Amino acid sequence: MAVVTYIEAIRQALFEEMARDERVFLMGEDIGAYGGAFKVTEGLSEKFGEKRVIDSPISEQAIVGAAIGASYMGMRPVCEIQFIDFIACCFDMLTNFAATSRYRNGAGVPIVVRGPCGGGVGGGPFHSLNPEAFFLNTPGLKMVEPSTAYDAKGLLKAAIRDDDPVLYFEHKFLYRRIKDEVPDEDYIVPLGKAAVRREGTDLSIITFGAMVYTALDAAKALEEQGVQAEVIDLRSLAPLDKEAVLESVAKTNRALLLHEATLTGGIGGELAAIISEHAFEYLDAPVMRVASADAPVPYAPPLESAFLPSVSKVVAASKRLVEY
Amino acid sequence: MYWFARLAREIEERLVILFRQSKVIGGLYRSLGQEGESVGTAYALEKSDAVLPLIRNMGALMTMGVRPREIFLQYMAKGESNSRGRDLNIHIVHMPAWTRDLSSPAGRDTDAPASRPALQVGRDTDAKEPVVVGPISMLGDSIPVAAGIAMGARMRGRTLVSMAWIGDGATSTGAFHEGLNFAAVQKAPLVVIAEDNKFAYSTPIARQMAITRIDERAAAYGIPHEMVDGNDMLAVYDVARRMVDRARAGEGASLIGVDTMRMEGHAQHDDARYVPKELVEQWEKKDPIARFTKVLVDRGAANVEQIAEIDRMARSYAAEEADAAERSPMPDPATITRGVYAGDDYARPTLEFVRSPFADAD
Repeated sequence: MAVVTYIEAIRQALFEEMARDERVFLMGEDIGAYGGAFKVTEGLSEKFGEKRVIDSPISEQAIVGAAIGASYMGMRPVCEIQFIDFIACCFDMLTNFAATSRYRNGAGVPIVVRGPCGGGVGGGPFHSLNPEAFFLNTPGLKMVEPSTAYDAKGLLKAAIRDDDPVLYFEHKFLYRRIKDEVPDEDYIVPLGKAAVRREGTDLSIITFGAMVYTALDAAKALEEQGVQAEVIDLRSLAPLDKEAVLESVAKTNRALLLHEATLTGGIGGELAAIISEHAFEYLDAPVMRVASADAPVPYAPPLESAFLPSVSKVVAASKRLVEY
Repeated sequence: MYWFARLAREIEERLVILFRQSKVIGGLYRSLGQEGESVGTAYALEKSDAVLPLIRNMGALMTMGVRPREIFLQYMAKGESNSRGRDLNIHIVHMPAWTRDLSSPAGRDTDAPASRPALQVGRDTDAKEPVVVGPISMLGDSIPVAAGIAMGARMRGRTLVSMAWIGDGATSTGAFHEGLNFAAVQKAPLVVIAEDNKFAYSTPIARQMAITRIDERAAAYGIPHEMVDGNDMLAVYDVARRMVDRARAGEGASLIGVDTMRMEGHAQHDDARYVPKELVEQWEKKDPIARFTKVLVDRGAANVEQIAEIDRMARSYAAEEADAAERSPMPDPATITRGVYAGDDYARPTLEFVRSPFADAD
């Protein structure tokens, strides 16, 4: 066991998977000698050579399109989208080509498309996105977003070994802020499995990514007020671990859905529907959501902090729920 | 070559009948007048290469040996079609077993020169099966995918050439430019066939691009490009052969501009009244199959009776294959959610291939 940062865990996963399987290779912008905009791929080009760590033109459609083609040939491409906001540029390739390929003709597309998501770093409208809702309505894609270094490594390894296209969102706020213990031996975190980050009896805060820490801080504040919040970290957004969500809600009878993407049409709406369809009789209060304001991500620090969900917003919503 | 072009035309004639009987589901997109360039280009490939045709490249599919029944099953949305009724017309895919053979390692030397034998991966029996990746309706997307096929096969130590066809309209998409540029930078063994067939649906080429030669699309990417008379099958074959050979030799991507004409509307519903009559008349005289017939007869390669016999063979073969496909059942609605993810695969990327009756004469 070694304590490593979230970003180091991602790098280790790439390194180990490339060493394990010659078919794994990387494509992306500035990922070679430069090591990537956030240095996720630092040292990989030196180790594996520029034929397996391919610096691409600024062409997200070509990166993902070429990954699809290479995966048809049995390769296992991992694409880096420099900032996940730019995934919009290859939306067509992902939703129309990659997601439908297996269904249409049985030709699987085992690719991983990974990149830094999320706000809280003053990135403004085009360097702060949380894009999961864009893809949630696309059958054929899988999506994950780790919150710990352990999960960052285990989920990435699982994504690379998976036979379907996986979008892997890594929260840039966590890159160097989060450190935890990562085993020395090979392991994976299976796709589609949530984790209970904190046990509680009074309400379930269902969240993922950087918001896990907001939820845990809120749970600590709530505990001082005699409220025991359970925190569920979804880890996988497609497929969703419905069982874990429903099990927690059946226990606490109250659900607060927390995500960093904007509110309307967000993944919280889907979770609310799942809970009301399958756990309606367990609920003692309406399902509530805390998410970013329905606006593009603003740049100025006072604007961005007002925009993002915060500990105080989560505490306030939780109290409304338990007092309902 | 004549057989493949004639067969493509006869298959489409048969499809027109089935379309009028409402047995073809959705639209029918013909390649009338473009059979020659589809065949001439694909004919330059090995049977183990990769093809990414568009809807008007029936001739390329026939040249690669795709069984005509596969086309009819697909167009009639049958349960036994390549896509199991999930997708239409020539949106078909074939992956030879070697592509899915996960036990074999990737090729270590990614710079395999042409003289070096391909690394033996997968079964020998599929060595002559092509990779076939049909288009999706977002035209242009095939080009980055074709580049990736070329790069991926090279990484696995295969000497495979990837050939993709694209219409003049689709050369205006971003995906086309991104894909061609990436292939050029990577020196990927890709040959792109850019077809100037004068109209993209109803839009004339002058409103599609300000250049007059479609092959100049490639000029910005530093790759060889040439224009060819697309209705002269031998000329098409000659330039395709050169571009395929240089791709196989590791010299990288290229683009062939094809001057041709779409002789019918975008699809069967479209009467193409926007096409000037004189233009159609002018191109009718240049029909690629008629021209090739003349070449064969003039050079003494075949006489008129032999050609007529080949035509009869093609017509009855297309009819037999269509009849067999027609008898096939429609898909079962209970299967709609199968095969969205791995582990529950339903459609298979497997096509049936047939040998040309003239294979030995080729």
